[in-house]
Parts: sequence; structure tokens; C-alpha cells
Amino acid sequence: MTPDAHQIVFENVSKFYGEVLGVNKVSFTLKPGITSLVGPNGSGKTTLMNLMTGLIRPSQGAIFVLGLTPQQPIEFFRHVGYCTQFDSFPTGTTGYDFIYWPLRLHGFAHDQAAKLTDEALQRAGMAQVARRKVAGYSKGMRQRIRLAQAIAHHPSVLVLDEPLNGLDPMARAESIALFEAIAKQGMHVIISSHILEEVDRISDRVVLVSSGYVVAEGQIREVRKEVRDHPMQILVRCSNAARLAAAAFELDHVVEAKILNDGQGVLVRTRDAEQFYLLLNKIVSGGLVEVDAVAPADDDVDSIYQYLIGSDGGPA
Amino acid sequence: MSAQDLVARAQKWAKEQPWRLYGSQISILVRNELRRNLFTHRRIGIYLLAWVPVLIVLTHVIFDRNQPAGPAQIETDTRVLAGIVQLYYFRLGIFFACMAIFTWLFRGEMVERTLHYQFLVPVRREVLVVGKFLAGSVVAIVLFETAVLACFYLMYSRFGSTGKSYVFGGPGLGQLGSYLLVTALACIGYGAVFLALSLLFKNPIVPGVVIMGWETIAAIFPDWAQMLTVTFYLKHLCPVSLPLSGPLAIFTIVAEPVPPFVAVLGLLLLTITILALSCFLIHRMEITYTAE
Repeated sequence: MTPDAHQIVFENVSKFYGEVLGVNKVSFTLKPGITSLVGPNGSGKTTLMNLMTGLIRPSQGAIFVLGLTPQQPIEFFRHVGYCTQFDSFPTGTTGYDFIYWPLRLHGFAHDQAAKLTDEALQRAGMAQVARRKVAGYSKGMRQRIRLAQAIAHHPSVLVLDEPLNGLDPMARAESIALFEAIAKQGMHVIISSHILEEVDRISDRVVLVSSGYVVAEGQIREVRKEVRDHPMQILVRCSNAARLAAAAFELDHVVEAKILNDGQGVLVRTRDAEQFYLLLNKIVSGGLVEVDAVAPADDDVDSIYQYLIGSDGGPA
Repeated sequence: MSAQDLVARAQKWAKEQPWRLYGSQISILVRNELRRNLFTHRRIGIYLLAWVPVLIVLTHVIFDRNQPAGPAQIETDTRVLAGIVQLYYFRLGIFFACMAIFTWLFRGEMVERTLHYQFLVPVRREVLVVGKFLAGSVVAIVLFETAVLACFYLMYSRFGSTGKSYVFGGPGLGQLGSYLLVTALACIGYGAVFLALSLLFKNPIVPGVVIMGWETIAAIFPDWAQMLTVTFYLKHLCPVSLPLSGPLAIFTIVAEPVPPFVAVLGLLLLTITILALSCFLIHRMEITYTAE
């Protein structure tokens, strides 16, 4: 197959660290726009990004980024910028030097490299502190200076590993606006996150990763729909669990109501949490049940992966 | 494929390479490496390895300044200088300094988790190896050449006009030239060895000690085996022979005489071969800091 010069292609890619699985038999094709790799910690997102940029080599399969591979570093890294999650910097470097010297290695002359450095610092909101040593930066500033380095040479593919980690709300909003602006120029922006909601609004498509497998992939609205249809679990600690379970079962949207082992609560699975909360209010105000605590048991992205990968834990 | 085809392919490949870019990348890598890692206070141990003999010779000059300084003493001091260079610098000082400098070039960046920055720029990994090797060589050569030069100056300066005539009218200047050449060759030879070891092993200290053992005992092996040591080539370039007696004899090499140009070329060839191996190894290297 001829690699497409506009797409990022993973062809049956596996990566093993010794006997430990990194990712297994991953195949997908990414078009320009914002793509989010979403999955819990340790699911294989960073492995996919490191494979994409050549920091690690696949045990099996092939990867093409705009038709190029990292084995052609001169062409490849002119098109690719990668903001890793590694929060470490060369000893004694300043924010300015951290961006300027890699640009010189790209082959830019001093003037051009200085211009691009200033521009990247401006875009990342780091111009004011550029001459300070990175060792004195806050976590958010370190995140932004890495982002500035990744975008400084105007790459066509920008790979960002958890880019919103450690950013305050203002910086987070600015970064998101920057990603959107870059994507609007027809470029690839690949973002990883373990929080689906974080990238949900800005992504054109998502790739859901779990335990080294791609469990869902596609346009964000399709995945959102799957998430919406996913029954939600609610844990109610109460005095009269059997009564609450019986009342819950009368509702159409309740899929399951399970009395806890200690008999002091019920685990309810429902397709309409709002309706269930209304019922619960009614029961409590009627004095039939005394409620100690109510909490959503799976209101996080992990439960969505659980749902998507199926009950046996295998790939979908 | 015929030999002609191979030559034509090689010529085509050479023509396609952006040599100017490689050159500028190497110069930037050397500059950055020198600025960041090598000429810093963290390298005080390496400076000490280079300058301890200078301090000892200086002490000798200060305390023995009233002793007679005739031609016989010059002969003695010439042998002492030969001992310093051949027994201390080649076998210990340069060996351990190169171990510290060259193994840190890549392994240090793995430990500090910064190597990925070098792998994410449009630089061929072979260029990275050459740039880092040159940076390490510059540091080692500058340090040890100045130290050898200082030892030489202090050793003969106390003899006044006799020393001057030994240096400029006798064999002194030639010996100095040989020592400087051999020091530079020792730095690049050991440097290449330790650079390769750092790419092969997570902890290059143990293999480093094995290499030291090999360099020491290789004298009892045939010539072809001795050619796989750095000291084999250095020995033939040393201007003053050391006597083979006493416990220090284990640090000397017995080998068939080899012309100096063959020794220089042989060491350069060995260095290039080891660097080629490093270029091969760097392609297999992955960024897995958690495994460090």
C-alpha cells in the first residue's frame, strides 16, 4: 500500500516491552484536524505517540506520517512537532535557548531562528519569561514552553501528550484556542488525554484506547452518542435497600438494581439518571427509605471504556 | 550487483546528502554540548584527573629547587615524565576521564530524561553520534594536552639554560610533540570505546573495568589480539621507553615494533570502526526512561 501524503497511517502496529504489551494490532488512519487519543492511564496513548514520532520502534507493523517515517529524520521532523509528557529539560537552559537551538538544528539561520523563537514564545504566552532558566518555571510554564518548542518550526503534524495537564483555566483556554487555530490551517493535531470531557469539545474525532487496544474510533458525535446511551451506575447507601430496589425496578429506564452485600444500599443502573433522582427524592420525602449517601458509581471515562470494551475485558 | 554499480550507487548517495547541513548541525551540537555539560563545575573530578600530576610535579619543582640540576638529572626527569604520561595518563587518567566524559554523552541524557529532545529534531542519529563524540574529544584533548604541556614545562623549566637547550636543541621538543599526539589519540581512542559501551550497556562502568583489564593483560596475547587495544598503538608512538621491571611492568606492553604512521592510522581505523558500531547502535536506541 502506498502511504498517503496527507494522512497518518497505523498498519497493524504492535509494541511489546519485553513481555509487557504496549499496544496490540492497532490500525487506523487519521485525516487532518484535531484527533484525540483518549484512555485511562497506562492504556497505551503515550506508546502510540512515541511510535508515531520514532522514539520507540514497533515490534510489528508500520507507521506512516504524511507518507514519511522517522527513519527519514530530516524530512520527517520538519513536518512533525511533538510535545512529550516528560517534564525534564537540559540543565541550565533558558526558555529562549530551549526553542532557539533546536531551530538552528533544523537548519534555520540565526535571524530566522530568532524570529521563529519569538513568534513561538508569543503564541504560547511565554515571551515575558523567556530569558529565565526553565528550572525556575512553574509546571504550567514548563508545559507551555514545551508546547512552544513543538510549534516553533510550524509543523504540519503536532503531537501533544496530555498538553492541558498542569495548566490553569486561562492557559487551558488559550491552548485550546491555539490547537483549534492550528487545525483550521489544515494541519493534524493529535492530543492525548485521560479525560474525555477535556477534549470532547475541540476534537473532530477520537480514538479510544484501553489496555493497548483501540476500542472505539470515529467522529466525536458517534462516540458521544455511545456514551449517552451507556447506562449509568448510581450507588445509594440507605436503610431499606429492598424497598428502594423494588421501587427502582418499576421504572422503565432502570436496567438493574442490585442490593449490596451488606444490605445497606443499592447499586442502580439506569439510562435516565435524572428520572431516577426524582424517584429517589419522592421516596425519601415519603419517609419510606432513609438515605445516607448517593453517588454516581461510574461517572468517569474508565467506565465508558469498560462499557465499550465489553464485559469480558477483550477488545471490541 | 557489480562493483561498478556499487561505486555508482555510493557516488549517487554521497551527492544526495546535505553535507553542509550536517556540518552546521555538528558544529551546533558540539557547541551546545560544551556549553551545557562539559565545561562545568560538575566535572571537577575530570579536571582533577588531568591536573593531579601537574600539581605533583609543581610540588617537586618547589621543594627540589635547590638540588643540582645537571644533565644526569634531566635524564632522570625525562624518564619520570615518560612514566607520568605512559603509566598515569594513558592507563589511568585519560582512561577514567574518557569513561566519565563519553559514557555521559548519551547515558547521562537518558538519566536526566532529556535525550528525546535530540531525537525529535531533523538530525540523523549518525550526525548526533559524531557531534557528541567530537564535543567529548574536544574536552578531553584540551584538558589533557594542557596538563601534559604543563607537566613538560614544569619538568624542564627548573633546569634553566640546560633545560632550554635540551628542549630546543635536543630531543625535548620532539618528545613533547609525540606526547601531545599520543594524548590526543588516547582521548579519541578511549572516547570511541566508551561512547560505544554507553550505547550497549545501561551501566557502562562494569564493562569499562573489563576493558581496563583487557588493555592490561592483552600484552600476553598475540599481536592481532593486541591490535584490539588502544594502548597497543600508543606504545609505539611514545618517544621514551620505560624499563620492564617492578610491579608497574604489568602496565607496559610488549609487542613487535610498528612504524609510527601505521600506529596512528591503526588507531584512527579502530576509532572509526567503533564509531561506526555506535552509529549502528544508536539506531536501535529507544526512549524508555522508565527502564533506566
